[in-house]
Amino acid sequence: MAETALAGVKVLEYCQMISGPYCGKLLADLGAEVIKVEEPPAGDAARRRGPFPNDVSHPEKSGLFLYLNTNKLGITIDLGTASGRQIFQRLAEQTDVLLEDRPPGEMARLGLDYASLSAINPRLIVASITPFGQTGPYRDYKSYHLNLYHASGHSSFFYVAPRDRRKGPPVMAGGQVGDYDGGLAAAVATLAALFARLTSGQGQYIDISKFEALLALERVVVARFANTPDPPPWPGMVGGLMPCRDGYVVVTAVQNHQWQALMELMGNPAWAQDEKCHDEFTRSQHRDEIQPLLEEWMAQHTKEELYHKGQSLGVPIGPVNTAAEITHWPQARQRGFFAQLDHSQAGRLEYPTAAYSMPETPWRAERAAPLLGEHNEQIYCGRLGYSREQLTRMTAAGTI
Amino acid sequence: MTTGPLEGVRILDFTWAWAGPHATLLLAFLGAEVIKVESRHRLDHTRLRSLVAGPTMTDPDHSVIFNDLNVGKLSLTLNLSQPKAVEIAKRIARISDVVTQNMRPGVMERLGLGYDDLKAVKPDIIMLSSSAVGATGPERTYTGYAPTFAAMSGLAYITGYPDGPPMPLSGAVDLRVGTTSAFAILAALYYRARTGKGQHIDLSSTEAVSTLIGHTFMDYTMNGRVQTRAGNRDHMMAPHNCYPCLGEDKWVTIAVACEEEWDALRQVVGDGRLEDGRFADAPSRWQNQEALDQLIGEWTASHSQEEVTEALQKAGVAAMPLLDGPALVQDAHLRERGVLEPLQHPTIGERLTVSPPWKLSRTPAQIRRPGPLLGEHNQYVLGELLGMSGDEIERLVAEEVVY
Repeated sequence: MAETALAGVKVLEYCQMISGPYCGKLLADLGAEVIKVEEPPAGDAARRRGPFPNDVSHPEKSGLFLYLNTNKLGITIDLGTASGRQIFQRLAEQTDVLLEDRPPGEMARLGLDYASLSAINPRLIVASITPFGQTGPYRDYKSYHLNLYHASGHSSFFYVAPRDRRKGPPVMAGGQVGDYDGGLAAAVATLAALFARLTSGQGQYIDISKFEALLALERVVVARFANTPDPPPWPGMVGGLMPCRDGYVVVTAVQNHQWQALMELMGNPAWAQDEKCHDEFTRSQHRDEIQPLLEEWMAQHTKEELYHKGQSLGVPIGPVNTAAEITHWPQARQRGFFAQLDHSQAGRLEYPTAAYSMPETPWRAERAAPLLGEHNEQIYCGRLGYSREQLTRMTAAGTI
Repeated sequence: MTTGPLEGVRILDFTWAWAGPHATLLLAFLGAEVIKVESRHRLDHTRLRSLVAGPTMTDPDHSVIFNDLNVGKLSLTLNLSQPKAVEIAKRIARISDVVTQNMRPGVMERLGLGYDDLKAVKPDIIMLSSSAVGATGPERTYTGYAPTFAAMSGLAYITGYPDGPPMPLSGAVDLRVGTTSAFAILAALYYRARTGKGQHIDLSSTEAVSTLIGHTFMDYTMNGRVQTRAGNRDHMMAPHNCYPCLGEDKWVTIAVACEEEWDALRQVVGDGRLEDGRFADAPSRWQNQEALDQLIGEWTASHSQEEVTEALQKAGVAAMPLLDGPALVQDAHLRERGVLEPLQHPTIGERLTVSPPWKLSRTPAQIRRPGPLLGEHNQYVLGELLGMSGDEIERLVAEEVVY
């Protein structure tokens, strides 16, 4: 069996929905042992979000939960009980990383914050993943993806040319991508802390603000506003998103050699000789005249045709693809981007894996997402030394 | 001065544009020494032009975009079309831990700087190759940028108004790819520290974006269904939208996930307009969200963004103003957390720059220097690290090897 990059790293994840669980998944998929702690009786809210097979809600069949919790072990603890908190503390003693996403201050009230836990396990790394971080005037604010996405400036930075803009509110990105961003930033910081610990032997505390994780992805544009209070309006790129015969394509032919390749794809039309087409700035200034000429031509061709012919000539062009098209895309198939995993309730399903191929330490598909409390016996009896009888009692009492 | 977690890690960086440089930017924030290899022969185009920045610049040291994506790095100019420059690059690889590059697959191999070449001089080297669709597979030579990654990953298709076109988003897509690369490099560094083994990471930018909307693929695999554009709406939550406020183009977002939040919202609105059988429970609110949005929008329209946000947050309802660039720069929360930091640059003056998206208690991120001037660190890399004499360096400059 191949080795894993994070073999031996133990992670305790006390998180719900997307950001924290995505961080845990990134670590679990590369070999860390991630124990996911869920509150009984309902567990992670992602279990109730779907998508569900045939739209029938079922806590073990949520596509969101299944995708975000691959390769993890699942246990239940009620941290509202003293014995539950004690169990959690015992687990934290044996853990390298604790991921938590409770509102600021809550872990301290439970006696399970970094200060308390690092006193008993100085090597512990704790990452708190919250909407606005642990300090500042918004720290207690509640925020979902919609709120964070629009607050962090992303929607106002959409590069839609003035001609194509419409009245009304800006729109958020689909797929709750901004929640994944918070988890990805947390995963980078957590690995950095693990790396630092190899030499220092000491853990540390990581404060992740999802708001700032999103904002940092627009660092270039934010800095532009910060330093140039009234920057000139952006005229829009010539090309970009364009309708074609069976959908849409995106063309980014900004540099001159790319523009030349695009003209070659279009059979070198006579209008391309005009001074207006001289460089990206003259083209951009005359976007309203040039863009319709491109669109008219694109409309006569299919995505597939434009993509392969354009790319063979050196045009950076791509089709706007659906999940179905990507699932059947030969490039992704050949790279093994999708993997099938068996799950006792949801069955055998195909999952996206990871964008990085790492030959020494490949992405692994060891197990599908855990059932609620699936590994209680393994962890409580096998790891913490409770007897079967105690386990039965704790279950009956609602501790786990 | 505290040391970053990656203190002592050296990265030889051949990346350009946005995605690759963002990966090494994050690693520089973490304390790695990043040596960016550039050349007048083939300038990183963010040094010269960008539609976002405005007109073409003639001086490669004046680009604010380049600065923002290359804070904390060193710059070495090497003209890799010359064999001597390739030899120098290999000598630096020998004393480096990581090599990063985002040229079209095959180019580094043709230059003699492929993974096998570098492994021969540094057996435990970690190399990251980032490309549009990966370095294997039938389309490996295809190229792309942030908007094509968004298009081909599935993200553009599900972003937009329900009755409008897809949206290919913006440069943030590149930065997502870069963050994914940084994660993979850190995992490889951790593995190498324990086993002594390096490896070659092949990253597909398009796949990186797909993984960040991974659950949307599950609907297809489970139900054969393709998710489409839903604007600001959610498939379960309602209300869940942007609402107009006092002022021109001012918006507030409000999202309600449970009965508790709904009750709080009704109480803050206070005037009974939401007391309606159509909104009795979550499924009916979702069914009647057009009407619900209309009523909430009429309420928000007579208040400022701040009034709505403060009143709702106080009652436990998720509400935030839509903030644009100028508003973010003034934002009290970001100020208190030191998110925008002033940074002195020798040719463009003092700039505010966005600090890293994490706060590490023991090894805090640091911005040690602005984006480098072109070739600013030639002397350090060639003289101090490689031990070349002044004469030798001058000869290489004259031969346009160091160029």
